[in-house]
Amino acid sequence: MNTDRRFPVRLDLKHGTVDMSHGAGGRAMAQLIAEVFQVHLDNELLRQGNDQAVFSPPPGRLVISTDGHVVAPLFFPGGDIGCLSVHGTINDVAMAGARPLYLAAGFILEEGYPLKDLVRIVQSMAAAATAAGVPVVTGDTKVVERGNGDGVFITTTGVGVVPEGVVISGDQARPGDAILVSGNLGDHGVAILSKRENLGFEVEIRSDTAALHTLVAAMVAAVPDLHCLRDPTRGGLATTLNELAHQSGVGMRIRESAIPIRPEVSAACELLGLDPLYVANEGKLIAICPAERAADLLAVMRAHPLGAAASRIGEVVADPHRFVQMETRFGGSRIVDWLAGEQLPRIC
Amino acid sequence: MKYVDEFRDEHLARGLAEAIGAAAGPHRDYRLMEFCGGHTHAIFRYGVQDLMPPNVRFIHGPGCPVCVLPMARIDHAIALATQHRVTLCTYADLMRVPASERQSLLKAKAAGADIRMVYSTQDALRIARADPARQVVFFAIGFETTTPPTAVAAKTARAEGLANFSIFCNHVLTPPALRTILATAGPDGVQLDGILGPSHVSTIIGSRPYAFVPKEFRKPVVIAGFEPLDVMQSALLLIRQINDGRCAVENQYTRTVTADGNRKAQALMAEVFTIRDTFEWRGLGFLPNSALQLADAYADLDAEQRFPVDVGPVREVKGCECPAILRGVKEPTDCKLFGTVCTPDNPMGSCMVSSEGACAAYWSYGRFRRPSLR
Repeated sequence: MNTDRRFPVRLDLKHGTVDMSHGAGGRAMAQLIAEVFQVHLDNELLRQGNDQAVFSPPPGRLVISTDGHVVAPLFFPGGDIGCLSVHGTINDVAMAGARPLYLAAGFILEEGYPLKDLVRIVQSMAAAATAAGVPVVTGDTKVVERGNGDGVFITTTGVGVVPEGVVISGDQARPGDAILVSGNLGDHGVAILSKRENLGFEVEIRSDTAALHTLVAAMVAAVPDLHCLRDPTRGGLATTLNELAHQSGVGMRIRESAIPIRPEVSAACELLGLDPLYVANEGKLIAICPAERAADLLAVMRAHPLGAAASRIGEVVADPHRFVQMETRFGGSRIVDWLAGEQLPRIC
Repeated sequence: MKYVDEFRDEHLARGLAEAIGAAAGPHRDYRLMEFCGGHTHAIFRYGVQDLMPPNVRFIHGPGCPVCVLPMARIDHAIALATQHRVTLCTYADLMRVPASERQSLLKAKAAGADIRMVYSTQDALRIARADPARQVVFFAIGFETTTPPTAVAAKTARAEGLANFSIFCNHVLTPPALRTILATAGPDGVQLDGILGPSHVSTIIGSRPYAFVPKEFRKPVVIAGFEPLDVMQSALLLIRQINDGRCAVENQYTRTVTADGNRKAQALMAEVFTIRDTFEWRGLGFLPNSALQLADAYADLDAEQRFPVDVGPVREVKGCECPAILRGVKEPTDCKLFGTVCTPDNPMGSCMVSSEGACAAYWSYGRFRRPSLR
């Protein structure tokens, strides 16, 4: 039943599409917000209908992070842009060792985008935010002309608090530290690629998209002197380790045989000529901690559902050149370099 | 992963390394040219050189299709997309290869040209079918390995009457390139004692076409697979031939290569393509009878005939040593541009682009051997 007198005719969420008026600031926009966004993302702060959310933060230092999401296709095995935009920003906040509190979301919609698909995306966001306990408390909507967008872009910003005394940062890695990953690498990137390139694999590989803040909370509680946390998203493990090595002014040595990768992901990468170390993840983290705490940390990670396949993959070493090197399964060693350009499949 | 891990086994590798160490007498050097970029990639990715005694050296050959494609052909492809506004479908490796005037397919795409990355000829056909009003050109490149799929695409387009599909043919042949390398080897060229022969190419053409190497040039050849154990076992076979003073064509890659190769694929190639009188190779120059073009019966599918283009003179980057590196005469680290202005992020020459190129392999996997380069 429609109780809002401003909108005598409800939006056609079956056959309707986004049009320019939905971003023009008038009644049509108000209706889109009310019937698509508010109804699903509903919470006390959002319900106030302001252009901002006002709240008192709990004690601790504030953390803020923002992330633009432009994935194609918008729906992929294991997720969609909606839940991805919630998980991605929660994870960026959590990687400071913080407890995420609230999210803000900015939508850029392309004229002509089906409302029924937009509703699916918003429902997925709402489900992810509810499951994570991190509500979307304010937002913004813009519409661009057909051809100027890719369906839906979502930017989310998250705020959180980190307890006093916890200093987790990319520049904290020290020679001797242990390097751990929370699980199998490459699932997200291969799931996306399998849909984007119409590659029909016999086994469906699903994205690992997930909010990692509860895993982080358990890790920080057990090992408060964690040095670094980072989620290896675009550019994969290889790029993230290079970032951390560069920030901390150290080198790294990892062991290929210790890096967890699903056989089907590794097979897909083999087929496509990709290196799984450079493929994106959306529900994994890398942790660096003092070597003597590594066993405790690994145990805590493995006890959490999102860290069941966690593994200790190598050590931080002193190296003025800041190389990330890998002992290959084969017994040789090689550099694991920054990703150059974007990773492209090889001819033969 | 089944059928892959077996060929990357550490224990077998150690055994092979010991056998190579025992076989390679300290009294001489063994200079082995691995023909293909696939071999180069395996050698670096798995650290095979680490397992070799110091007197066994790999010299990188010209067998990377992206690396040997002359700049003029990339210029030509860009002109097809910009002057004729065609949809150009290409394998992804080519996207970042430098063209004249600091252009590349990737930059042309960013400037508005309709250039699409595809995984196979079938993707290009699909794009053509979906939009009959749009001219779709497939940028065909590669040695004999990737030629049969292009032949299939030509036959499919013909059978379906797909009038908006054509092929920009850059397929090249392996034996003429090998002949050129060997003919110029010696004191002034590359010095080599044996050849690790192409694996996937030989799956198509067989091992017979290499008979001229021992016969005319007195060098041993071992057809070698692309997995690291394949490369090591082939090196051992070569070293044994060299020690025995033998030279023959041996086949290590017996799991796919036969003496005659894939007759069906050869027949397809013979039907659809004909040999060009001459074709330019980066590093090797114009080589007679070294490349393919569409046969007369398929000439209507030839993008070069359908869309004449005006391409200016080629501007090679000054100081780029790709040509000498492709002949095996120089190593990537001999090039002044290597690691200074030329890196995989900003490649000046084609050998820095493809992950099979010698420069990219040196940079990406072997740089710690010379840490001053970072």
